[in-house]
Amino acid sequence: MNPSPEKIKDLSLTGDNADGGSLTVEQAIANLESADLGLRFYAAWWLGRFRISEPAAVTALIKALEDEADRTPEGGYPLRRNAARALGKLGDRQAVSPLIRCLDCSDFYVREAAAQSLEMLGDPVCIPALIKLLAVGLQGEQLISQPDLSQPYDALLEALGTLRATEFAPLIKAFLEHPIELVQYSAARAMYQLTQEPVYGERLVQALAGEKLQLRRAVLADLGAIGYLPAADAIAQTLAENSLKLISLKGLLEHQVNHITPSTFSEGAIKVMNLMDSLL
Amino acid sequence: MNNSDLAQILIRAVEEADSSDRLLDAVQELAAAGIEEAVPTLIAALGYNNPGAAVAAVDGLIAIGEAAVSPLLQLIDDYNYGARAWAIRALAGIGDVRALDTLLEAAKTDFSLSVRRAAARGLGTLRWHQVPPEKLESIQTQVLEALLLISQDPEWVVRYAAVTSLETLAIAIAVTLPDQASRITNQLQQMLDTDVDLGVRTRVKFAQEKIQPQQHQEVFAPKRKLQDTEVPHRGGGRR
Repeated sequence: MNPSPEKIKDLSLTGDNADGGSLTVEQAIANLESADLGLRFYAAWWLGRFRISEPAAVTALIKALEDEADRTPEGGYPLRRNAARALGKLGDRQAVSPLIRCLDCSDFYVREAAAQSLEMLGDPVCIPALIKLLAVGLQGEQLISQPDLSQPYDALLEALGTLRATEFAPLIKAFLEHPIELVQYSAARAMYQLTQEPVYGERLVQALAGEKLQLRRAVLADLGAIGYLPAADAIAQTLAENSLKLISLKGLLEHQVNHITPSTFSEGAIKVMNLMDSLL
Repeated sequence: MNNSDLAQILIRAVEEADSSDRLLDAVQELAAAGIEEAVPTLIAALGYNNPGAAVAAVDGLIAIGEAAVSPLLQLIDDYNYGARAWAIRALAGIGDVRALDTLLEAAKTDFSLSVRRAAARGLGTLRWHQVPPEKLESIQTQVLEALLLISQDPEWVVRYAAVTSLETLAIAIAVTLPDQASRITNQLQQMLDTDVDLGVRTRVKFAQEKIQPQQHQEVFAPKRKLQDTEVPHRGGGRR
């Protein structure tokens, strides 16, 4: 689920004292090859956080996707994860092919970050690679019998929905039955994006009444991302932080104003703004 | 049973709640009772990291109203920013001008965006009739200056909140400070033209629509002394 509440919180805090290590662009790019692995890791995050999209930054981050120096005890690749996340934010399509290669990485979190960034970059050329990973959890058009947790299914499903992988809807639909609720919601979100059928939006609305705060937060992000207007009241009323409800409602509002003529407000837009005002 | 006994029972239920659902129910009941003695307990509930309980407590504090203002101002929790945001929301909902300095400072300088957002909103919901007439102009000018500044906050949601308050202030000062009104309309127009956030720009446009009767007054009657135009347009927000 993206953006996760933790990330939102991080951004809000760093937004106020904007530097931490107060880097320059040149330093950050140079630090990607520093002997100090901590500096590399931080520089990759920093370049994404401040949207440094100049060619030298993109080239250096793409190179960092093949880093071998920075390893966790479990064999993970911390620098590759951060580089993959940063490249999604920089909007440079040169990163698409290298990120597709990351979908084969042995580190789950690199694959997850790559899927999320491919979603952000919006190039449908990655769809077959995403489907290949999704198919690990499938036998034909059914989920494999043993619940599979080996792939970042939520990120894959969300990317496929955003990228309008309509021809693969039957595969995506199977994940509505996945044992992990977050994965079910991602499938519902993607199915709504692919079909615009209210039944999938309503599935998310129902989830807003669920028990776990963490899941309600994730669903708020999903509903904002798909701009499902009938959810407006349920979003305003669910038990969660107002900050997250406001972000979700803003998604609904922007979806409304993208679909109307410039000089009028739809009833829905006015309703959403009134709800937002009441949550400030 | 008198109010005091009832308050004790309901307060104890909050203190003894041993699950987040029970806490929510207990705070809702205490809030619904609308008893002044509940104020400290309701304020404490703002800091329990239970959004449902906090919403109920804020509603309860707003319903209690003026009696909750000094305790809120005294007990605003300086280290828990979650609780501080809820307390500011309660003050904003009550609209008492005693909270003005707290709201101004929070809106301009607090590090937490949810506190700045709630405070920015509160600056637009002040009950101006509480202000002595001789102070009204200077206080409204102070709020205007603050809102113009806050409407440039780096966080979209704070700018959004500032817009809602610029909207209500524009309508209020059309009567009291008509020569300042153009500062609001100019700022809104600038935001519409340049704000990076579509949600904020949309809210700006909505505010402009609501303020419009006052704008017309300026556009169509530029030669009349502005003070003369206030009476016929009072409450003229018919749309």
